[in-house]
Amino acid sequence: MDTPFIEFRNVTKRFGTLTVLEGVDLKINEGEVTTIIGLSGSGKSVLLKHIIGLLKPDDGVILFEGKPLNEMSRQELNKTLSQISYMFQGNALFDSMTVYENIALPLRETTKMTKAQIDKKVSARIEQTELTEAASRYPSELSGGMQKRAALARVLVTDPKVVLFDEPTTGQDPVRKNAILSMIAQYQRKFGFTAILVSHEIPDVYFISNRILALYQKKIVFQGSPEEFEDFDHPFQTEVIRSLEGLQHELTGMYSKRQFKLQNHARMKRTGESEIYAVLVHTLQKDYLTANAGHRSHEEVLKGVEHCIAEYFATAGGFSTRLKTDEFATVLPYSNITEAEDLSRDFVNSLKNRRSKSDTVIGSQHEHDGKGMDFKLLIGVAQGLPSDEIEAVIEAARSKQKETACLYCDARR
Amino acid sequence: MNSENTVAPDNQEDRLPAVRLMASPFAALGKKAIRLVNNLGAAGIFLFLAFAGIFRPKQLVKILHQIYYIGARSFGIIALVSLFTGMVLGLQSYHALVQFGAEGALGTLVSLTLIRELGPVLTAIMITARAGSAITAEIGIQRISEQIDALYTMRIDPLRFLVSPRIAAAIISFPLLTAIFDVIGILGGYISGVLLMRASSASYIYRIQSNTDIGDIADGFIKAIVFAVIVSTVSCYQGYFAHMRTDGHGAKAVGLSTTAAVVLSCVLILVSDYVVTSILIGG
Repeated sequence: MDTPFIEFRNVTKRFGTLTVLEGVDLKINEGEVTTIIGLSGSGKSVLLKHIIGLLKPDDGVILFEGKPLNEMSRQELNKTLSQISYMFQGNALFDSMTVYENIALPLRETTKMTKAQIDKKVSARIEQTELTEAASRYPSELSGGMQKRAALARVLVTDPKVVLFDEPTTGQDPVRKNAILSMIAQYQRKFGFTAILVSHEIPDVYFISNRILALYQKKIVFQGSPEEFEDFDHPFQTEVIRSLEGLQHELTGMYSKRQFKLQNHARMKRTGESEIYAVLVHTLQKDYLTANAGHRSHEEVLKGVEHCIAEYFATAGGFSTRLKTDEFATVLPYSNITEAEDLSRDFVNSLKNRRSKSDTVIGSQHEHDGKGMDFKLLIGVAQGLPSDEIEAVIEAARSKQKETACLYCDARR
Repeated sequence: MNSENTVAPDNQEDRLPAVRLMASPFAALGKKAIRLVNNLGAAGIFLFLAFAGIFRPKQLVKILHQIYYIGARSFGIIALVSLFTGMVLGLQSYHALVQFGAEGALGTLVSLTLIRELGPVLTAIMITARAGSAITAEIGIQRISEQIDALYTMRIDPLRFLVSPRIAAAIISFPLLTAIFDVIGILGGYISGVLLMRASSASYIYRIQSNTDIGDIADGFIKAIVFAVIVSTVSCYQGYFAHMRTDGHGAKAVGLSTTAAVVLSCVLILVSDYVVTSILIGG
């Protein structure tokens, strides 16, 4: 069996008489995005601070690549912990330093790099996090989102093997929240670090996570993939996830994947065995988007299209969910493939000069004034019977996807 | 026999609250004593580690920056206070000495009072008020906004990065500012005693030259260095552990720590002044 990258064995932490973690066991694999979810005050940040050594357990051991941290020599411990970076919930940027100085700080203080080498590396990170114009400004002069990006740049400048994110989306608006999550996912793929997140952003974090850990009543009650978590039967689901899912549906009109399955199950129960249905899978060409725009604009487009899909197909009796960051599925009960294709054509036509719930204008590519952002929409349609597995029908629709529209999006308010 | 056995425990129980009540002041005193010893020990280790950090690489620029902040920027207030202190001293001393026909000793009185006592003490108190409070507030805010934790996660020693340069800068700045205080104070004494009260200019200068030796100046500098260590350690310590206060949290804890730093520094300056003076005179 492979040794986990980071492992907690029976870890307990108390603050005076208050026990925050009790017998916590968890495993984190190398190169994955692991998200720790739980209620506020459940000890998620405390758990994260144990990994970086800011807190030490009262009982139990923490292992890094199979070796207990408490048995390491001081030198070994320093070497191990220097591979880990931590992004604080409140960013913890130095107010008296500019963005550039903040990002350069760990290199200046902990390496023997020359000024030119530091400048090159810091400038690269500043460019990657779209902070070029803010480099000489102080943190207090930046917006919340820019401060987050500056903190992220500082975290990444040392090329860490592990990055810990303590609620990276706290205090951000819905668009920025998803922009930050997609930025983390993109950098994780680009730099290959192991990411450990503490987040409330359910279900958005599922799209970027390989593994989910659920912290409930001082213990880790679930460890597994987001798909496995959908079927997790535990009071945690009732108390935490469902309330958040309800809010998500309220905000975007989209169902969570779990709700989507339940909705589909309920529909099947109502209909006869021969009643066919159609599934549409919509994909926004991701590379195309990323190449042309920043994270914020990318997220604006996704949100805009998400609203449009939810609104349009709901009027035709359909229900939709987000499958991946840039992929959405819609089930159209009682529709065959021809009707679904007609509906999808009408949907694309309706997108022209349409203003979504989030005030984002989407239209034909050739109509815009050159100020918006271009993107491509792929749609695939398949039909199924109640006896068919919904995943199989979605897969069939995905395999039939073709470029349906070249559109533009103007997210300026 | 039986009745005696049953009565005795009741009496003991009755006596217990009374015993506790009588012992409670001692218990409180004991707790305070333990806390004081704990804090002294922690402050000692804190100073030792921070002092060791002064001699680590990449500290020079940070120390120069702190010398500017603690030292150079305190020059104005030190000059103003020392001028008027010297003038008051000159005025009061002249009126006292003239009654005994000893106004010729004015230079000696002003210079020795300033160099041995007032210079180091008032300089330290003024720097405490101006820079010590700012150091506590700055480090305290860095603590509550997790900036110190961030340093730790970046594998930067917070003591070396934040505290060591301030202690080094204080050790360099305090004697220099004390020297400036002494010189301007003596000039203030000259203005009030000689220019305003018409004492002899030659006598004032001659008495300073003849009665002030290098030992007096060295004693003043020793005091200045002791005060520098006290003020910088107390100010940094209070800010660094602002989050551990039991009487307040967040911004309130920073405010309380700043007040505590100023009060404690001033008290310790005066207490240590007596101790150091006793040792120096004894030596």
